[in-house]
Amino acid sequence: MTTPAIGKTILILGARSEIGLAVAHAFAARGYAIQLAARNAAALEAEKADIEVRFRVPVTLHEVDALDFAAHEAFVGGLPALPDVAVCAIGTMGAQADNEQSVEATVMELRSNFEGPAGLFTVLANRMVARGSGALVGISSVAGVRGRAANYVYGSAKAGFTAFLSGLRNRLAKGKTGVHVVTVLPGFVNTRMTAGMDLPAKLTAEPAEVGAAVWKAVERGRNVIYVRPIWQIVMLVIRHIPETIFKKLSI
Amino acid sequence: MILSGWGRYPRLECAVSRPRDIAAAAALCAAGPVIARGNGRAYGDAALGVPATLDMRSLNRMLAFDDAAGVLVAEAGVTLAEVIDVFLPRGWFPAVTPGTRFVTLGGAIAADVHGKNHHKDGAFSSCVEWIELLGPDGAVRRVSLTEQPELFGWTCGGMGLTGVILRAAIRLRAVETGWIRQRATPAPGLKSAIELFEASAEATYSVAWIDCMAGGGSLGRSIVMLGEHATRAELGADQRADPFVRKRKRAKTVPFDFPQIALNSLSVRAFNQIYYGVGAWNAGESLIDFASYFYPLDALLEWNRIYGRSGFTQFQCVLPLAASFDGLTALLRAITKSGQGSFLAVLKRMGVQQSRFSFPMEGYTLALDFPIRRGTAALFGELERIVIDHGGRFYLAKDAFLSAQALRAADPRAADFATMRADTGTAPRFISALSERLQL
Ligand SMILES: Cc1cc2nc3c(=O)[nH]c(=O)nc-3n(C[C@H](O)[C@H](O)[C@H](O)COP(=O)(O)OP(=O)(O)OC[C@H]3O[C@@H](n4cnc5c(N)ncnc54)[C@H](O)[C@@H]3O)c2cc1C
Ligand SMILES: NC(=O)c1ccc[n+]([C@@H]2O[C@H](COP(=O)([O-])OP(=O)(O)OC[C@H]3O[C@@H](n4cnc5c(N)ncnc54)[C@H](OP(=O)(O)O)[C@@H]3O)[C@@H](O)[C@H]2O)c1
Repeated sequence: MTTPAIGKTILILGARSEIGLAVAHAFAARGYAIQLAARNAAALEAEKADIEVRFRVPVTLHEVDALDFAAHEAFVGGLPALPDVAVCAIGTMGAQADNEQSVEATVMELRSNFEGPAGLFTVLANRMVARGSGALVGISSVAGVRGRAANYVYGSAKAGFTAFLSGLRNRLAKGKTGVHVVTVLPGFVNTRMTAGMDLPAKLTAEPAEVGAAVWKAVERGRNVIYVRPIWQIVMLVIRHIPETIFKKLSI
Repeated sequence: MILSGWGRYPRLECAVSRPRDIAAAAALCAAGPVIARGNGRAYGDAALGVPATLDMRSLNRMLAFDDAAGVLVAEAGVTLAEVIDVFLPRGWFPAVTPGTRFVTLGGAIAADVHGKNHHKDGAFSSCVEWIELLGPDGAVRRVSLTEQPELFGWTCGGMGLTGVILRAAIRLRAVETGWIRQRATPAPGLKSAIELFEASAEATYSVAWIDCMAGGGSLGRSIVMLGEHATRAELGADQRADPFVRKRKRAKTVPFDFPQIALNSLSVRAFNQIYYGVGAWNAGESLIDFASYFYPLDALLEWNRIYGRSGFTQFQCVLPLAASFDGLTALLRAITKSGQGSFLAVLKRMGVQQSRFSFPMEGYTLALDFPIRRGTAALFGELERIVIDHGGRFYLAKDAFLSAQALRAADPRAADFATMRADTGTAPRFISALSERLQL
C-alpha cells in the first residue's frame, strides 16, 4: 500500500456518478481528502460516510449545477481548499430518438456534456495556474471520436469536450504552469448510464477499473487514456474506416 | 436476462434491476413480487426471481464503524471481501465466514451462513446486531434479538423470503494478525475423523477434506484441519513483515469451460500431497495466510466454469450427532459406488443452532460438488432418502433439486415457515425459483 498523501485534496464534479465515486475511492485509498460536488449534494450522506469509514479521510459535500454558469466562480471560490486534483464526471446520455426530434433535448445534451464541464474547468484551471500546480481530469468518451447514428448528439458534445481538454492541456503545458490535463475515454462502463444496455463483457469496464486507471494516469502524468487497452485498437480501426463506408455502417 | 446461481444450474430468464438507493428498492418492491440477489454465490435457484430480481450490489455503502466494539453498520450489498480489505489492516476479521469471501452481507444473513467455527461460535446470525428489513407493506423495520425477534429469527436463514435486507449491523472479531496457525492431521477412516473432531471442540476452526474415492476400510479417509488466529508473537520473521497479509497472490481466472477430468486430477494431487506429506511438515503445523486458509477457491475466479457448460450442483446435508456415523457411512458408500461426485467432500462438525429456519444443527455436515449429468437427479434421490432416514436436513443455499415433499419430510420447520409467510403477507410479495419449487 502507498503511504497516505496527507494534505492533498481531490474534487469530484458529478459525485453521484459511479465513475466519479470510484475515482474518489481510488484517491481516498491513497490518503486524499475528498470533496464531493453534485446537484442535491445533501443526499450524498451515505457516500460520504462510506468513504470516511473505508479510508478514514475527511469528506465534504458541495452543491454544484454545471448549467448554472453564473455560479461557477462562486462555487470554486467557496470550496474549503482549492483541490490538487479535479475530476469531472458530469454528463448525460439522453435517448438519441428524443435528441433527434427536439432542439431543447439536443441543446441540453450539448450543454451538460460540454459547456457545463468546460465552464467549471475554465475556472479551476485558472486558479490552479495561479497557484502553480494541479491536475484536471475530464471524463469524456470514445463516442466523441466519430459521430455515429446511434448517439451523435451525445458524441458530438463529448467531441467538443475532448477538443477542449486537448487544447487546455496544450495551453497549460506550453505555459509551464505546473497544471496537467488528463483526458479519459473509458469505453463502456457498467453504471446507471448504461443500465439495461446489452454491452459486450470484454469491452465493458467496472467503475473501479476507471478509478484505478485515473489514479495511475494522474500519478504518471498521462495525457489521454482508455481504460481497457482493447479500446485503443477498436478506436484505431474506427478512426480509419473511410467515410464512404462508415456512413453506411450500423455500429 | 438469463441468470443462474454459482452452479450455473438452473438457468432462468429473469427480469433484473439494480436499485442504487433505498427508495429505488422500495419502488421496485411495490411494483410486484421480487427476490433480492446478492453476489450470486448460492449454488442453485435461491437468488433467481423470474418476475423480478433485485441485484443488491449497488447498495454497498459502509455507514459507520464503532472501533471500540468492532461493530460495522453497512448496506446489504457490501461483501465480506470488502469488509476484510478495510478492517483486517485495523485488526478485525468477520466473526463468521463461509468458504468464499465474495458473498454480500444480505446473502450471508439470508442463508445464515456457517463457517469453520460453527461448533464454537454459531452461524452468521450470531454476529448480527440488527437488520433493517423492507417488508411486504413497503415499510422498513429494524429487527434484532430484542426488536421483533420473531421476524429477526425468520429472516436469518429465511433465504430472502421475509423481505429485502437493506442494512445491517455486524460484529467483527478482533485479531492480532491475518495469519492462521493450521494443524493438519490425517485420519485413515471416518471413525478416526469423527474422533478427531470430537477431541477438538476447543479449536476455533475445524474442517476436514474427505477422499470420496476411497472405499472399504478406507471409507472416509480424510485430513482434519484445525486452525487458530495467530498472535503477533507466533509469527515468524517472514510473516512479521506483513502481519495483515497485504501482499496477496493475484487471483487467476478460469479462461474457458473446463473438462471435468482436469479438476479431479488437480484435487487428487492436492489431497495426496497433504495426506502423505503431513508427517514431513513439522507435525502438520503451519502458518498460512487467511485467504489460503478460508478461501482457497477464491484464488481461482470463475472456477465454476471448471465444470463445463452443463453446470454443477452441490449436495450439502447435516446429520444429527447420534446418527452421524451411520448416516455418513451410508452417504459415502452411495457416493463412492456412483462414481459421480467430485473427488473431495468437506466434512464439518456443527454446534447447536437456535434460529428458526437456518440450516445448521448439532452434528456433522457433508458437502460435495456434482457435475450435472443424466444420473444426477437419481443419485440425489438416493442421498435424500438416506438423509431423511437419519433425521438430517438440507442446505437450501446449495440446493437445486429437492422437492417440496422431501423438504417437509426432512424439516418440520418448513411448514411453519410457509405458514409464517402466508400470515405475514410475504408469500405473494417475495418469490424466488426456490420458493416456488419448495412451495414455501
Ligand atoms: C466456493 C463457495 C463456498 C461456500 N462455502 C460456504 C460455507 O462454508 N458455508 C456456508 O454457509 N455457505 C457457503 N457457501 C454458500 C454461500 O455462502 C451462500 O449461498 C451465500 O448466501 C451467498 O451470498 P450471496 O451474497 O452471493 O447471495 P446470493 O447467492 O445472491 O443469494 C443467496 C440468498 O440470499 C438472499 N439474499 C441475498 N441478498 C439479500 C438481501 N439483501 N435481502 C434479502 N435476501 C437476500 C437471496 O434471495 C438468496 O435466497 C459457499 C459458496 C461458494 C460459491
Ligand atoms: N457509463 C459509460 O459507459 C460511460 C462511458 C464513457 C463515458 N462516460 C462518462 O462518464 C461520466 C460519468 O458517467 P456515469 O456512467 O457514472 O453515469 P451517471 O451516473 O449518469 O453520471 C453522470 C453524472 O452527471 C451528473 N450531472 C448531469 N448533469 C449535471 C449538471 N447539470 N450538473 C451537475 N451534475 C450533473 C449527474 O448528476 P445527478 O445524479 O444529479 O443526475 C450524474 O451523477 C459521464 O460524463 C459519462 O458521459 C460514461
